[in-house]
Amino acid sequence: MPHNNHLAYFYFILSVGVAMMLRVMSWWPSLDPFNPDWVLLVLIYWAIAMPERFGVFTAWSAGLLTDVLTGRLLGQYALIFALVAYFSIREHLRLRQAPMLQQCLFVFFCLAGSESVIFGTESMKAGNQFSFDFWYPAFSGTVAWPLVFTVMRQVRQKARLG
Amino acid sequence: MICSKGDALQASPAGFFWLRGNDIKLLFATGPSLNTRLLAAVLASLALMVVDYQGARLHAVRAFLSLAVYPLQSLASWPNDMLHRIGGTVISYVDLQRENQRLKDIELINDARLLKLAALEKENIRLRLLLENSFQLGEQVLIAELLSVKLEPYEHRVMVNKGSRFGVHERQPVLDANGVVGQVIRALPNSSEVMLITDPSHAIPVEVNRNGLRTIAFGTGQSNRLHLPFLANNADIAPGDLLVTSGLGGGFPAGYPVAVVDKFEARPDKSFANIYATPKAQLDSSREFLIVWSDANPVVMGAQDRNKSAPNSDTPHAAQ
Repeated sequence: MPHNNHLAYFYFILSVGVAMMLRVMSWWPSLDPFNPDWVLLVLIYWAIAMPERFGVFTAWSAGLLTDVLTGRLLGQYALIFALVAYFSIREHLRLRQAPMLQQCLFVFFCLAGSESVIFGTESMKAGNQFSFDFWYPAFSGTVAWPLVFTVMRQVRQKARLG
Repeated sequence: MICSKGDALQASPAGFFWLRGNDIKLLFATGPSLNTRLLAAVLASLALMVVDYQGARLHAVRAFLSLAVYPLQSLASWPNDMLHRIGGTVISYVDLQRENQRLKDIELINDARLLKLAALEKENIRLRLLLENSFQLGEQVLIAELLSVKLEPYEHRVMVNKGSRFGVHERQPVLDANGVVGQVIRALPNSSEVMLITDPSHAIPVEVNRNGLRTIAFGTGQSNRLHLPFLANNADIAPGDLLVTSGLGGGFPAGYPVAVVDKFEARPDKSFANIYATPKAQLDSSREFLIVWSDANPVVMGAQDRNKSAPNSDTPHAAQ
């Protein structure tokens, strides 16, 4: 189904683009520390829903763009996203069956692992002292996962993808 | 259903095509395995990180990718910009008139000050000439607008909408109307990243305007605080003192206001005092910044005069 295939890529790029916008958007100055990593959430969804199309390298490329978007070391988010995509694809059958609470737990571990990698590279780069604010996105991302999951499933069903 | 390439080849032609038609299940079997892909991706990203950490060799890659990312950043910035623009458009005639009057008054006062400044500058040049001292040429500025994007919540970095297309380069100082804002840390084609002076990994050489006491001001991560950790308990500095850039290190031109000391905390048990200052620049509300080009090689005023007195000198262009 080549037509369906192109459509899937279109929706994938669109959703990742929107997630990147949300990632850098400043809603309200006091809420900014809670802004979760939307790109990672969307990538986890695609990895669970269509693991045969959007794999490790797709996540890696999206990570490279996120590095440029947020001004990190090139390769930092690429590494994180590739790792998370790997675990999501390996567990995708289990995750599809799992209740929402367990999915949230999985997402929380992914986000916490991602924050830890950033913590490591950032403290290597400069002697930053991070406050507890640094870990907020892991919690807010876990809370936002059901929302992302529902919206993305609606989109996928509307578009009649795989 | 995971099957290796060998299985697919051994299958009968009909079965093979059936599998090909149902390619959703078979894609795992084509190409390298998931583990191999992960290994390749991890190695590639580690290599990228190491190379990027060591220097600016990957700048071209980043500049290229930023062309794809810049539209997203502009779009993300758009609602906020629109809000400000609407706030600027929907304004009553009376308010507009009042603002106009106020700006005219300010301009008049500034013009009067500039008259005096011109005289002072002349006098300064004359005095430096007497001392045979070098004189820094005036700076050029470019106005850049803030993009309302938040790069990382825990960092004090902002994006502005002027980049290397306009000649912006790394380590350029950035000011607003009240004082020093920070410096350009990365210039991309359409935009550049500015690190604010309050970022925890930023430090700026300053001096006390009153007595020329030199020190370094560090960012704290709070948007209204700078920390001066290297002054002794008996240092001549008090709340209310203005800190200006000292020009040491060559990063920032000398003499721009940075912050006002607001707290002096002597620590009898330690050799250094705890001093805090509030930045002069409106870091969280300014939307327009000035990117500064300062002339890196100062002109020696004395040389001009010496050449005049010795017209046989073999540097004819220096006499102009």
